[in-house]
Amino acid sequence: MANPANNRVADSVRDAFIAALLVAVLGFFFLALRTDIAPGGLALSTRWGLWFASIAIVFGVRLALNLLVFNRDTPVGSGAGAGLARAAARLPDMSGWVNWAMLAAAVALPFFIMTFFPGQQRQYIDLSILILTYVMLGWGLNIVVGLAGLLDLGYVAFYALGAYSFALLSTHFEFIGFWTALPLAGILAAFWGVILGFPVLRLRGDYLAIVTLAFGEIIRVVLLNWYEFTGGPNGISGIPKPTFFGLEFARGEGGFADYFGIPFSTIHRFVYLYFIILILAVVTHLVTMRLRRLPIGRAWEALREDEIACRSLGINTTNTKLTAFAIGAMFGGFAGSFFATRQGFVSPESFTFIESAIILAIVVLGGLGSQVGVVIASIIMIGGMEMLRNLGFLSQIFGPDFDPVQYRMLIFGLAMVLIMVWKPRGLIASREPSVIYKQKKRIGADMVAQGEGH
Amino acid sequence: MSAQVVTAETSAATSATGATWHSDPILSVEHLTMRFGGLIAINDLSFNVGRGEITALIGPNGAGKTTVFNCVTGFYKPTEGRIVMRHGPGRQQELVDQLTMSGAKWRTTPDGSVFLLERMPDFEIAKHARVARTFQNIRLFGGMTVLENLLVAQHNPLMLASAFTVGGILHLPGFRKAEAEAIDKAVYWLERVRLIDRADDPAADLPYGDQRRLEIARAMCTDPHLLCLDEPAAGLNPRESADLNALLQFIRKEHRTSVLLIEHDMGVVMEISDHIVVLDYGVKISDGDADFVRTDPSVIAAYLGVEEEEIEDKPEVASLVVEALGEEAAVEAGIETPAVDVGEAVAAMAETGSHPGAKPAGLDAPRAGGADDLTRIKGIGPVNAGKLNGLGIWHFEQIAAWKDEEVAWVGSYLSFPGRIEREDWVGQARALAAKPGAPRKGKGNGKAGEGR
Repeated sequence: MANPANNRVADSVRDAFIAALLVAVLGFFFLALRTDIAPGGLALSTRWGLWFASIAIVFGVRLALNLLVFNRDTPVGSGAGAGLARAAARLPDMSGWVNWAMLAAAVALPFFIMTFFPGQQRQYIDLSILILTYVMLGWGLNIVVGLAGLLDLGYVAFYALGAYSFALLSTHFEFIGFWTALPLAGILAAFWGVILGFPVLRLRGDYLAIVTLAFGEIIRVVLLNWYEFTGGPNGISGIPKPTFFGLEFARGEGGFADYFGIPFSTIHRFVYLYFIILILAVVTHLVTMRLRRLPIGRAWEALREDEIACRSLGINTTNTKLTAFAIGAMFGGFAGSFFATRQGFVSPESFTFIESAIILAIVVLGGLGSQVGVVIASIIMIGGMEMLRNLGFLSQIFGPDFDPVQYRMLIFGLAMVLIMVWKPRGLIASREPSVIYKQKKRIGADMVAQGEGH
Repeated sequence: MSAQVVTAETSAATSATGATWHSDPILSVEHLTMRFGGLIAINDLSFNVGRGEITALIGPNGAGKTTVFNCVTGFYKPTEGRIVMRHGPGRQQELVDQLTMSGAKWRTTPDGSVFLLERMPDFEIAKHARVARTFQNIRLFGGMTVLENLLVAQHNPLMLASAFTVGGILHLPGFRKAEAEAIDKAVYWLERVRLIDRADDPAADLPYGDQRRLEIARAMCTDPHLLCLDEPAAGLNPRESADLNALLQFIRKEHRTSVLLIEHDMGVVMEISDHIVVLDYGVKISDGDADFVRTDPSVIAAYLGVEEEEIEDKPEVASLVVEALGEEAAVEAGIETPAVDVGEAVAAMAETGSHPGAKPAGLDAPRAGGADDLTRIKGIGPVNAGKLNGLGIWHFEQIAAWKDEEVAWVGSYLSFPGRIEREDWVGQARALAAKPGAPRKGKGNGKAGEGR
């Protein structure tokens, strides 16, 4: 008894035992016993394996927590938060060789997948396309939220506008293909960005967020109910696929494979789509980076820092906000028209509020205004969510009905809470100056204002 | 027209110093009134800011100084009044009047331009009329570097140079040149305010005094014709204050930028100001150069406080202080009310002293029924009531019958020129005399109101 270490172990075991006992009692009726509908009434079946497994898990986890965290002076992992923060701070924000390394990796990715995972190449390339779509959307929203500091909860409206613009244009006019419709979709989305922006940008903070949220819903509801024009809930199908300088990705004469004399494979189209979205995303990034260094970009950031000071310096804040909204919306529109051509089908189902929330979560998680943060957050959130599908072994423990994908919102929430605790300003929170006199110094997150509505 | 009376007096007071704020004002605030609901923050305020001069706007807390600033820089829309900004020389009165009639916001002429600031939104005032300002609570872009702060200030010329971003995205040489020039200008001002070593640091990282100087540098980067500084010396130590004086003198001399500043630090104000306007409760109580304002009894009473020797030497100053502070406070502060009866003393002074206008006729004693309580007129305290009684003024209708000359004489005699007009003693007296409760025969003389 005199030995404190012995004491600690005994306490921990006792505590874990009590926890396991609680699970045994509570779980007996939920886990161990099960009633099934059987002819002539209900049949009672037992699932002792599941019951014992949960007792064992609770005992083990509780014991481990007791020994490693609760009953220790220096809990295991206490330095992890700070370590993560330090590691994140070392990550350069899209500068120099890291830029090129990331781009090279992105270019090589489809070929890497085709070589090493030939069985699942379609699935993985599709996932990469999805991730890049969200990277592009995140970068587009980053202009509005990260740079100009305007909280936009209805960004998916512009994504929808882009998708429907392309879908409608291409189904009504024969001659409009993907490459013609892409700029048109962007311009239309930007136009709607201005139309939305004009009345609402006088609002600040929470009010702006609520009105943009409403705008996102209004667009979706209009798409859903304007049956004659948009097809309502049936959506629009038969959207043309993109062509490679007029070459279609089809089997036979005049197709891409035929022209280049390579054997036909359906994967060619996916690789092509991958490169289209990669180019679109890189263009988004380059334009954003260039804009940041221009007077308009500096005015956006100044607006986020202090709107009144901006006006005292002769900056027309309404126009400045409108340009941020319009340019953000334009990139949303580009991404939308890419989405339409990739799916070949659009319906209002794809543009619910949860999409806006995911895009905003990517931006916030990555760090407001940080370009590389958006990439990391997209990979974690979109890629991670898809990875849940591969955790088939969990169903052996939790029963055949267990689908990890259904828990993705839970994991999502948990990830957000962890980020809020460790890195409240996002993974990459520091800001890079847009102009340098002598020496480049990164600006810590605590200095940078978050703008209206944060 | 109270403003005209005040103007006439101040011009007389300052003509000796050769001040330019009447002949060549860069900014004229005319009959400015600002009401917030029932609260009158500024009441019929008129003053001029001379071209190339440093003008200080002073007054006790809550006097309405920052409200004036917010009206001039467009952050508030004044309830009434006209604010004229002139880039060209002279008053250009015809042009200003034409512009006022036309309903336009500004007009450019070959030798300059005229702007009606009360019609312009705040960012246009900064952009076109070239009025820059700083804020009482510093408003820097904290998360941006010092250099970026100064480049944001050059937003409008840079936007033009970047062809509204198109040329900038294409990285055209014209824009690159303009940006290099903008950085040169920022560096010039950073050297001026001695912040060049911190050009790449975030503005929020700077100590307080540096932030104040950076805000002035940022305002100067907009190439203003008029620089409005809201308490630039607040929170600075004496050395930083002296630096600030030097900086303002430099801005005025080398850049020919006129400066309008609000300041509580009398050291700064008296040392560098060419022209001082004193506000109290939203009205102007004094207007002139530093020497004039320093010795103006109404300013002393309202704001500056008085040296004890002066009070002992001059009974009328003492009574003013007593009136301003209240008798108890005055006694506590060690100011002795003159032992002689105030009425008699000032009556004696009135015989000897010379005042402009005509001395009002007085009665030897109040009429049957007793004297009126003159303190019911807003602006007359017990001391002034005593002085008026000394002149033989006992009744409201006596005051109601005053004409312009008499008002001027009494104003001078009581050592607050202009205040009688401003507070409308004559009108108040007429109203009080006409009240049914007051057992006085006859109404106020209609002529008494003509001066107003």
